[in-house]
Amino acid sequence: MVTLKSLPEEELFLAGSTACHGCPSSLALRIAFKALGSNMVLIVVASCTSVLQGSYPLSAINVPLLNIAFAAGGAGASGAVAGFKALKKRGEIEEEPTVVMWGGDGGTYDIGIQSLSGAAERETNFIYFCYNNEMYSNTGTQRSGATPLGAWTTTTPAGKHQHRKDIAQIMIAHRIPYVATVSLAYPLDFYQKMQKAKSIVGTKYIELLAPCPPGWKFPSSKTIEVSRLAVQSGMWLLYEHENGETRFTAATKKIIEGKVKKRPVKEYLEMQGRFRPVLEKPEGKEAEDLLEKEVTESIRRLKGWVPEYI
Amino acid sequence: MRVLETGNHLVALAVRAAGVEVVPAYPITPQTQVIEKVAELIAGGHMDAEYIPVESEHSACAALIAASLTGARAFSATSAHGLAYMHEMVHFAAGIRAPVVMANINRALGPGWNIWCDHQDSISQRDTGWLQIYVASHQEVIDSVIQGFKITENWSVMLPLMVNLDAFVLSHTYTDAEVPEIEEVREFLPPYKPRWKLDPRFPVTHGSVVYPDDFSETRQSMQIGQNNARRVIKEVCRDYAEVFGRWHGDMVEEYLIDDAEIAIVAMGTLASESRVVVDVLRQEGLRVGLFRIRFFRPFPIEEIRSLGERVKSILVIDRNYSYGMEGAVFTELKGALYGFSNVPVRNLIVGLGGRDVSYELIADMTRKAISGELGEITWGDSRITPSHRVTLECLEEFKKLLG
Amino acid sequence: MAESIEEIEFITSLSRPTKGCAGDTGEWRVFRPVKDETKCNNCLICWIYCPEACISKSDIEIDYQYCKGCGICAEECPTKAIVMVKEEKR
Repeated sequence: MVTLKSLPEEELFLAGSTACHGCPSSLALRIAFKALGSNMVLIVVASCTSVLQGSYPLSAINVPLLNIAFAAGGAGASGAVAGFKALKKRGEIEEEPTVVMWGGDGGTYDIGIQSLSGAAERETNFIYFCYNNEMYSNTGTQRSGATPLGAWTTTTPAGKHQHRKDIAQIMIAHRIPYVATVSLAYPLDFYQKMQKAKSIVGTKYIELLAPCPPGWKFPSSKTIEVSRLAVQSGMWLLYEHENGETRFTAATKKIIEGKVKKRPVKEYLEMQGRFRPVLEKPEGKEAEDLLEKEVTESIRRLKGWVPEYI
Repeated sequence: MRVLETGNHLVALAVRAAGVEVVPAYPITPQTQVIEKVAELIAGGHMDAEYIPVESEHSACAALIAASLTGARAFSATSAHGLAYMHEMVHFAAGIRAPVVMANINRALGPGWNIWCDHQDSISQRDTGWLQIYVASHQEVIDSVIQGFKITENWSVMLPLMVNLDAFVLSHTYTDAEVPEIEEVREFLPPYKPRWKLDPRFPVTHGSVVYPDDFSETRQSMQIGQNNARRVIKEVCRDYAEVFGRWHGDMVEEYLIDDAEIAIVAMGTLASESRVVVDVLRQEGLRVGLFRIRFFRPFPIEEIRSLGERVKSILVIDRNYSYGMEGAVFTELKGALYGFSNVPVRNLIVGLGGRDVSYELIADMTRKAISGELGEITWGDSRITPSHRVTLECLEEFKKLLG
Repeated sequence: MAESIEEIEFITSLSRPTKGCAGDTGEWRVFRPVKDETKCNNCLICWIYCPEACISKSDIEIDYQYCKGCGICAEECPTKAIVMVKEEKR
């Protein structure tokens, strides 16, 4: 059984980086590295991770890393996978390194969706990791396709009017062998999903909800608490999708099975400054209701993939 | 191996001969047959490479870069809108110093849609840091792809290289050509030996944020690579001629320049057309020579200064236009001559969007240039066609509607 | 040592993995996490949640050279063994 004690001690994310206080991406990198080991290559598209890794000539990342353009994640990974395959054929390497593409929601939901979709459709053997902080945090918190309804960003000063898209479901529609959602509040669930992703051949899509303290306007000490409440309120559902079937995991599983009561979305919204502008307005209640409805719909849709609920 | 093939298929055969290991590509007219042939060779077991059927040109170039950084030899091919679409990654490939080769089938950029030949696409990539060859014959297509890898992979160059060939004139026409044997090429061009790579044994970060304190030198280093390429190109072309017995010039190719009074300067197949012009006008007693720019990047500065000393006037043919200025080669050539020669230079713009350029037209313009009748910049084949008259009618209708 | 880029010929953006690539990030700290040995039960929760890899797994030592003082360890500690203490003016 995987326990915190059984996790590797070695840190491939090196302390003293340029990440903000309480950064979810740096923490996610730490845990991912522990699960994947050092025989890997990281492709990073333009995002906070382009910056938090440090700047020339030093780096906080102790695995080979290729920084690539915003829209090019899936394609960069495809090239690396093909290159290593060629090297193995040539007899230059024994084992191909695990190729991991690391991008934010901008690089995944929006500008990068084409190259991600292409790489997945080509059944490229890599892990695509999206750390979704639901906004363009790197450029100073603008709206993205992942920004939830009602959320303030600098380009939705009155709160976003539209729902976020469900890209994990879009990836499931690509019929790739593994799709999983993870949360920093459930590190062992996260760790095990990364390990499983590593063991599967084909395209693996993992998405983390990455609460961003400066962007979402909560204290840096609350990154884990916000992550936890996102899951407990159903605003972030933990599951894995394998062989055409979905399995709920961790706290989400308990909520779905009725073992734990789902907390109201309102509690989650109230923890974050980004929802304050909309909550303070008369239509705040409407936004709340719409988000509760979104959660219900998401659960219903996911249940359609779970054999025991079909 | 003697083959009868199209220019596009010859590119694919050259890619195989060069021992390319990864080919990410996206189809576009008139490049499509290059990648169809590569896919066919791989599927038939005649070529041992990874073909990545990417979903866009932006992705083609991104995959090309990443594949190269693993230490594999990588190639792609594109054209026009495809090249424009990958523009960001074209910069990226040079900036991260990926020694890749890409064939670009020169085609006009729309709108309106036009699949035919001109050089607007690759000229628009002038400042990306890539080396650019413009080829004039089928045989040169093959030889340039092989030479290209030898040049770009040289540790003092490490800049990507674009082999430009004219749409349809070369890409879709059949000619017999000599494709060197793979073993022969391997001796001339051994497997790619990277100077650095993505390697878990020594993990480093490639392409991280570079602050103003350090950035300029990374770009100056690219210019040093371009400068070094001038020497490497000459060495590689000389060695290639020794091994394979074929010579297409190095930075430039000259034809009857030594006693010429006027030089026609051209790139690609318009240079081949101009060779006919030289022969025709020589029969008329006019001392005309041809100066073919083979490498547009690095630009043949020294060669052009030497030309300026040897001829009395120059006619530059541009199959492109830098809007708000003039033909791009015209500008570059004058820049190279500045302070070294006061020889008069004229600019002829012809053949945009694949319009056929006859040797008679170039000959006529050259005669005018000699007699001093040609203006500084001449759109040599400009005319109002019946189609343009229909558009004019539409504009009249709009005038009635919109006032 | 080469004096000019012409002598070096080649510079590209390769960066070397280094602890403290942003300097001694402990200087960013406003609040300092302080561990009470008597309350710590070595559950490793602070270790796994540290976004900066500043807590050692073997002995739960906080690396003050790089700890930015985000406060996650104190917030998440189930035995309240870590408290955040305001840094003195440097």
